[in-house]
Amino acid sequence: MSHSTDYIGKPTNRVDGPAKVAGTAKYAAEFNVPNLLYGYVVSSPIAKGKITKIDAAPVLALPGVHQVFSHENVPSLAWLDRSYKDDIAPGGSPFRPLHSAEIKFSMQPVALVVADTFELARYAASVLHVEYEEEAHETELAKHLDEAYEPGRGKSGYKPPKSRGNFGKGWQQGVAHMEAQYSHHAQHHNPMEMFASTVEWLGDKKLNIYDKTQGAFNSQQYVMKIFGLGKDEARVVSKYTGGGFGSGLRPQYQLFLAVLASLELKRSVRVSLTRQQMFSFGHRPETLQHVALATAEDGSLTGINHVAVAETSQFEDFTENVVGWSGTLYDCKNVSLGYRLSKLDVYTPLDMRAPGAASGSIALEIAMDEMAYAAGLDPLEFRIRNYSDFDQAQNLPYSSKALRKCYAEGAAKFGWEKRTAEPGSMKDGNLLVGWGMGGGIWDASKQPAVAKASLDADGHLTVSSGTNDIGTGTYTIMTQIAAQSMGLPLEAVTFVLGDTELPEAPVQGGSWTAASIGNSVVEACTKLGEKLLKQAQKMDHPAFKDAKIDNVEFANGQLRLRADATQAVVLRDLVQASGEPKMEAENSTVLAKLELLKPPTHSMHAHNAVFVEVKVDPELMTVHVTRVVNAVAAGRILNPKTARSQVMGSVVWGISSALMEESVMDHRFGRYMNHNYAEYHVPVNADIHDIDVIFVSEEDDKVNPLGVKGIGEVGLLGVAAAVTNAIYHATGQRVRDLPVTIDKLL
Amino acid sequence: MNTFTFSQATGVAAAVQDNAAHDGAAYLGGGTNLIDLMKENVARPTHLIGLKKLGLDAIENLPDGGLRLGALATNADTAYHPEVEKRYPLLNQAILAGASPQLRNMATDGGNLMQRTRCYYFYDLATPCNKREPGSGCSAIGGYTRVHAILGASEHCIATHPSDMCVALAALDTTVHVSGPNGERTIKFEDFHRLPGDQPERDNTLEPGELITGLDLPAKGFAQNFSYLKLRDRTSYAFALVSVAAALELDGNIIKDARLALGGVAHKPWRDKEAEALLIGQPATADTFRAAAAKVLAGAKGQGTNNFKIELAKRAIVRALKQATEMNQALDANAFQNSNP
Repeated sequence: MSHSTDYIGKPTNRVDGPAKVAGTAKYAAEFNVPNLLYGYVVSSPIAKGKITKIDAAPVLALPGVHQVFSHENVPSLAWLDRSYKDDIAPGGSPFRPLHSAEIKFSMQPVALVVADTFELARYAASVLHVEYEEEAHETELAKHLDEAYEPGRGKSGYKPPKSRGNFGKGWQQGVAHMEAQYSHHAQHHNPMEMFASTVEWLGDKKLNIYDKTQGAFNSQQYVMKIFGLGKDEARVVSKYTGGGFGSGLRPQYQLFLAVLASLELKRSVRVSLTRQQMFSFGHRPETLQHVALATAEDGSLTGINHVAVAETSQFEDFTENVVGWSGTLYDCKNVSLGYRLSKLDVYTPLDMRAPGAASGSIALEIAMDEMAYAAGLDPLEFRIRNYSDFDQAQNLPYSSKALRKCYAEGAAKFGWEKRTAEPGSMKDGNLLVGWGMGGGIWDASKQPAVAKASLDADGHLTVSSGTNDIGTGTYTIMTQIAAQSMGLPLEAVTFVLGDTELPEAPVQGGSWTAASIGNSVVEACTKLGEKLLKQAQKMDHPAFKDAKIDNVEFANGQLRLRADATQAVVLRDLVQASGEPKMEAENSTVLAKLELLKPPTHSMHAHNAVFVEVKVDPELMTVHVTRVVNAVAAGRILNPKTARSQVMGSVVWGISSALMEESVMDHRFGRYMNHNYAEYHVPVNADIHDIDVIFVSEEDDKVNPLGVKGIGEVGLLGVAAAVTNAIYHATGQRVRDLPVTIDKLL
Repeated sequence: MNTFTFSQATGVAAAVQDNAAHDGAAYLGGGTNLIDLMKENVARPTHLIGLKKLGLDAIENLPDGGLRLGALATNADTAYHPEVEKRYPLLNQAILAGASPQLRNMATDGGNLMQRTRCYYFYDLATPCNKREPGSGCSAIGGYTRVHAILGASEHCIATHPSDMCVALAALDTTVHVSGPNGERTIKFEDFHRLPGDQPERDNTLEPGELITGLDLPAKGFAQNFSYLKLRDRTSYAFALVSVAAALELDGNIIKDARLALGGVAHKPWRDKEAEALLIGQPATADTFRAAAAKVLAGAKGQGTNNFKIELAKRAIVRALKQATEMNQALDANAFQNSNP
């Protein structure tokens, strides 16, 4: 039976939209607490060496400058590496800001100038005299492939790729072959909101920290461990985040610096980074990849070989799953996978939307296109012939897999059957038309998380969990889930997040938030429902006397019998009758934690298939992506409106990766040179044309009770490859070094 | 950003006097470039002289049939001025190919001439730059040179002038009016910006303290056959890899007069009168266009990562001339390159 309060699966406007549009949504750098001081970061101009001198005296002499923090005067802090490790830290020894004279990467923070005003701090920072002794740096990955090594399991969630069968034999069995090298360069997340922390000093070491982060608890743990603070001394608040894309998964150095300055000066302090400094930390690593494929007469893959080498810093092993997907996405007995890192004088890379998979799918999905041509098959037909019905990598059945529907519905919407295979064979006036495709696979995972449901005597439900909303729509979908669970209208429900005083939740990342928090919200509401039923029974409602929770439902603001909807009691009456101001319940994470320890019984993944049209000017070689259809299988879609926005954003990013986005390193300086929005190119509106998002139906009762898989990452997969494949189809030019800028086609 | 004083000028003479009275003074128009440069510590003026109260924002017909653009008229007001749209559509197109609506609303016409290169190394104090700090060396040479010069560069500097508007102004034979400590004078547009030579710190031929007061467009606006073609790494809000202002006067298929100027390729808007001479009197055909393109790029020198711009510039010239010739068809195939409203 459907109810007016059934919101799950219905397109729903963002509940936080009005606050954002009206400007009442406050971001980390917008909390103007009283008596605030401002810190400005001084960044290293060199990539490697030592600070030999910091002449702070003239700067300290400026009226209004309070302190210049550097390695010379930072107090003794936590000593062990593990105190600096956040939840997302990879293996190795985390970077400690202002710890020593040593310079490990260009734009490393070397000092923090704190002053009465932002302008004064900025000026003072600009005249702070710092001397360096430069040493030779190494930032060129291609020159350090020989030193590449296999990383350990340092980072949580990272599993080294597993080969199977015998690729050499598979290669020999093949009648058609392809083998090629692929590369892409570093990318920086560049969310609109720059990293900032406003630390409010409440006296006696007690801090309120407004931080830009994707995980308030992660930031809290980090500062607690380093500065020896208790949980009640370091509250972290992060109600709104102006974009993350992974950059906020680890605490950034402005958090450390702002807390340091606040504790030392016993004042409230804000530190915000500049756009240029947004290029001074984690990024999607430059990755060089090699793929070799072989097929039998019938087009079935007889061997897959995928090896990747990526950059990392000198101090941490950043690992991501680049090649593992190549052992899962297609059916093949002989798979040889390799993943290695090479240490360079750069900052540690960082998860960036679909980390690993975005990179790996570029190589795999261009290679699949090349293989299709070598085997004389249509690229879509080739993928269908190699469809994987069983996860050979994990040796497990899929909990659900509707990728076939993605292929079918995506191709139909796009009109793929009208494609002629020959490169350069399709035209629109003078323009060359190219149609290409690709796709991908992403983990459907779930983390333990706590949510609390609280119903007050006015009948208003507040559900809370210390998760984050990085623009993905968490506020909205959790409000929908809670409203439907308790049978209340959306307006009667508030979801609260982004505060370490709330029940604990993991960082927002990995596409796991919808599943992790969503299921917790359902559980908390169920528990609250049980309490409400007990209350009804206490109140001598004869209809509920012997009712079990399964015999009742919550709808239209009431608790009522499933069998007889006229037997109902208004929820707020139950709270009022309880004599308490509110009735509350929290879910337990015991089962969720146990689940993580048990070996999985199913392979749980989201999939997509993407179809792209490009038009290329045959003389000027300008490329425009005129049409994209992205068909996604990600289980139950909680809110088709916000979900569609997420996938559209992914498509835009895929186009960006394919055609323009690149942090350009000048190896002579070991420095990214296009460190601003003008020169770090991402698409503008005029670059983006038709984007069609399809969510194919996919029911999954095994992945989690809500049946959701998460869509933050999957939409990005295969987009860049599909654009590149379309360019090949239009021009006959196979570009394997992304982005495909005009110079590579001329 | 350093500390500075600010005064709002009330007249041209007062502004010039104020400038002379301060070491390190700078005029402030729309501020769309100067403020950025100050935030990056590339420019550190000690005194800013605001110009917005000067007036000088009128766009008026001249007795000789030309048009005067006040130095303080905004780029947006200029692009959308009826006389510009009607008589100088090349200028309209060039302005709209640059920046963003927000920037064009702020930026002034005089300021457009004064904007500085977008060389990555010029903007980053961590890297030596002869333009920013004479004698420190040029980091761009041997580096990342996507937006750098292929024509007229020197061993001291390979920066480019970033303007689109100025490419059209160069093609249209604009005259620049300036006022300074020694009175008023005019500068031919082609003489306004300079090549880097061994003084890359000097972008133009203005004397210290001189202020641009207006730009005079001659009567001839090439409103029938023109094209501004800009090639860049995305469709809007990116500086030109190569841009071409092409203007033709046709008699049937014969070219009676021609103008050809390039942006994104040199330290100044690159007008080539010899290439124009190769076009004049010839039929408007691909062969003619290719000959002109070959002439423009004859002395071109790539810097490594920008070598491709030589071939790209040739193709862009041919395309722009073709578009100028075939005005009616010019919009379809290249709608993407010139997709501004």
